[in-house]
Amino acid sequence: MNHFELFGLPVNFELDNASLAITYRELQRSLHPDNFANNSERERLLAVQKSSQVNDAYSILKSPIQRAEYILAVCHEDIRGEQQTLQDPMFLMQQMEQHERLEEIPHSADPEQEIADFDDELTLSIKAYLQEFNKLISAEHYNDAANVVRKLKFVCKLQTQLSTLEDSLLDY
Amino acid sequence: MALLQIAEPGQTAAPHEHKLAVGIDLGTTNSLVASVRSGSAETLVDKTGRDILPSVVHYTTDSVVVGDDAAQQAITDPENTISSVKRLMGKAFTDINTTRIPNVLVESASGQPLIKTVAGELNPVQVSAEILKALAARATETLAGELNGVVITVPAYFDDAQRQGTKDAANIAGLNVLRLLNEPTAAAIAYGLDAGQEGIIAVYDLGGGTFDISILRLNKGVFEVLATGGDSALGGDDFDHLVADWISAEAGLVSEQSLAMQRLLLTEAKHAKQALTDNDSVEINIALEAVNWQGILSRTTFEDLIQPLVKRTLLACRRSLKDADISKDDVLEVVMVGGSTRVPLVREKVGEFFAQEPLTSINPDKVVAIGAAIQADVLVGNKPDSDLLLLDVTPLSLGLETMGNLVEKVIPRNTTIPVARAQEFTTFKDGQTAMTIHVLQGERELVDDCRSLARFSLTGIPPMAAGAAHIRVTFQVDADGLLSVSAMEKSSGVSASIQVKPSYGLSDNEVANMLKDSMTYAKEDVTARMLAEQQLEADRVMESLIVALQQDGKALLSDVEQSAIETAIQTLYQIRQGNDRDAIEKEIETVDKLTQDFAARRMDASIRKALQGQSVDKV
Repeated sequence: MNHFELFGLPVNFELDNASLAITYRELQRSLHPDNFANNSERERLLAVQKSSQVNDAYSILKSPIQRAEYILAVCHEDIRGEQQTLQDPMFLMQQMEQHERLEEIPHSADPEQEIADFDDELTLSIKAYLQEFNKLISAEHYNDAANVVRKLKFVCKLQTQLSTLEDSLLDY
Repeated sequence: MALLQIAEPGQTAAPHEHKLAVGIDLGTTNSLVASVRSGSAETLVDKTGRDILPSVVHYTTDSVVVGDDAAQQAITDPENTISSVKRLMGKAFTDINTTRIPNVLVESASGQPLIKTVAGELNPVQVSAEILKALAARATETLAGELNGVVITVPAYFDDAQRQGTKDAANIAGLNVLRLLNEPTAAAIAYGLDAGQEGIIAVYDLGGGTFDISILRLNKGVFEVLATGGDSALGGDDFDHLVADWISAEAGLVSEQSLAMQRLLLTEAKHAKQALTDNDSVEINIALEAVNWQGILSRTTFEDLIQPLVKRTLLACRRSLKDADISKDDVLEVVMVGGSTRVPLVREKVGEFFAQEPLTSINPDKVVAIGAAIQADVLVGNKPDSDLLLLDVTPLSLGLETMGNLVEKVIPRNTTIPVARAQEFTTFKDGQTAMTIHVLQGERELVDDCRSLARFSLTGIPPMAAGAAHIRVTFQVDADGLLSVSAMEKSSGVSASIQVKPSYGLSDNEVANMLKDSMTYAKEDVTARMLAEQQLEADRVMESLIVALQQDGKALLSDVEQSAIETAIQTLYQIRQGNDRDAIEKEIETVDKLTQDFAARRMDASIRKALQGQSVDKV
């Protein structure tokens, strides 16, 4: 049973987050191990497994990037865990520039503002890539869609690094 | 017994008997026990009417005293009086700043701290078990019956070793743990159910020894933790230490102080702190040994002392909001929990940070125990129609050591539990036949900066070229936040697994031995208890099968299957009446195998039902 089936949904990139959340709560209401506190060991174990599966599916489906990657895995090929294979000099060049920008932040006059601005830009570019992905996957252009997901992963990684930098500047 | 009725189709089960369940707040400074009685949750009091039990244990050669009576021995017999033991739980000896502990600590062979007393060298788990026993005894007496189960609260930011230690302590105290519940979540239940709230709430929990911040979404009885953060070594005790240091400096005391002087300073510091909640200044007198000092501590000076610690808590709040992807404006309500939130500076700064007046309507000392009692009542089965559902998260990332002393995260912090995640690894040498799996917890990238939870080996991998083996390591975290890890080489099916027993925790054998040593069971036969536990498990198996057959037998089973299961239940029932523990265990296994399919079908059916109910709602 794939994650979409588990939630009774068609395999589709666009989905309604509010109703996804409702379905999630309904599923956990009947499967969460707390409902089985007085049951046999076997049933408790089974509940832990099923409930874990629902949590996993939910975390993937509600995150647009993970959902994109997952749809690709269901429809075409699984690129999760692959080594980087993106061949797009323009994009890679841009990535290098952005990494330089990231490294400069601690030395800038107002690192906090710089982080916020950079983060906003990355969020916008993620949004644009997701729209592009949606078009490509609907048209069944899987290879192009896969390349968009690869780019998304680069941008997301950058955003994570940015947030780690923010944490370290704030002395966590 | 109702059991025999099952063979008669159409017969209803015996009406639900009320089961006894309590919630226990096992705190650093104080502990409480609460229960739902005639519909409302309340804390249980001792003979003198007090509900707060100081988490202090005093040992003599032949007795153990817990609570106020123990606390009175703190200055006269500091070596044998143990307070704030929670701060030692699940820690390595090397983790501990021993100058901060007014006891004599020694290191065990496995690197754990042991407290030296006249009653021997004690593990923090054993000491915690004494506090649990005292609370359980109070509950058994007040509720007039044996407890069916308990919910014990732990700081949300407790790591695996600290959680496992708490569970081991309950085990030694002879308690059936229904759930380890995170303290902020418990507080949210107490508040949320009270007010029927919907929306985002933040729980700021500053106790004696720990700080937690949790961000939750409340929706129709579902408490979904979005993020949690904190510091498992920051609390009111640290305020006391800062004040004690200040007194030492002002009074010109030597740095090497006697245990009695350390205790006195801490006690006076705590009193001063508490007095400053309602006063602008407080007079402090220290008269012990050759010292005779008087001085005045103003609230302003006190606030200067603790300011850096309060700031640290606010940084954690900021990070949790970010993890939850929530802005401050989204927070509908801020709930204050823990005695240390009485400090005016804490209230003021938290209020400033969230730009709203924090909620303090429920006594911050009691709110956690009350929430735990509500959850215990539901879990034990007294409220079959309850809407309450808790979805908690892992407070810290879990990962594995990889090449170059780096940590590869398998489950990131703030992932909803229960959760199972797998990661694939490969061998790095030709012909490699074994692999060491090192499990770590923490946010940092380097192995040395994270908490080592466990190491185990996967052996017997068939020799292959480097990189050809596919080793799948699976992490499973249950609803209590406890981790188990398994590893398997895919092509050969060679596997290894462990229930993570933290490096600084107790082994199963040690727990069993402590159980045997513990006073309660010294006179009793340990085997009798093990038999009773097996019988209880048999009862659970039978009871849940009976209910399952009534609900779904007709729909999901053929007549042949149904009667096979009924026969198996009858057999188990007969064997359970005897006193052969192994035979009962074996028969449970048989029933288990026979009903495996049925259980799986029921799970699938409930998924379908959940989805159906959903689509009907939408229409």
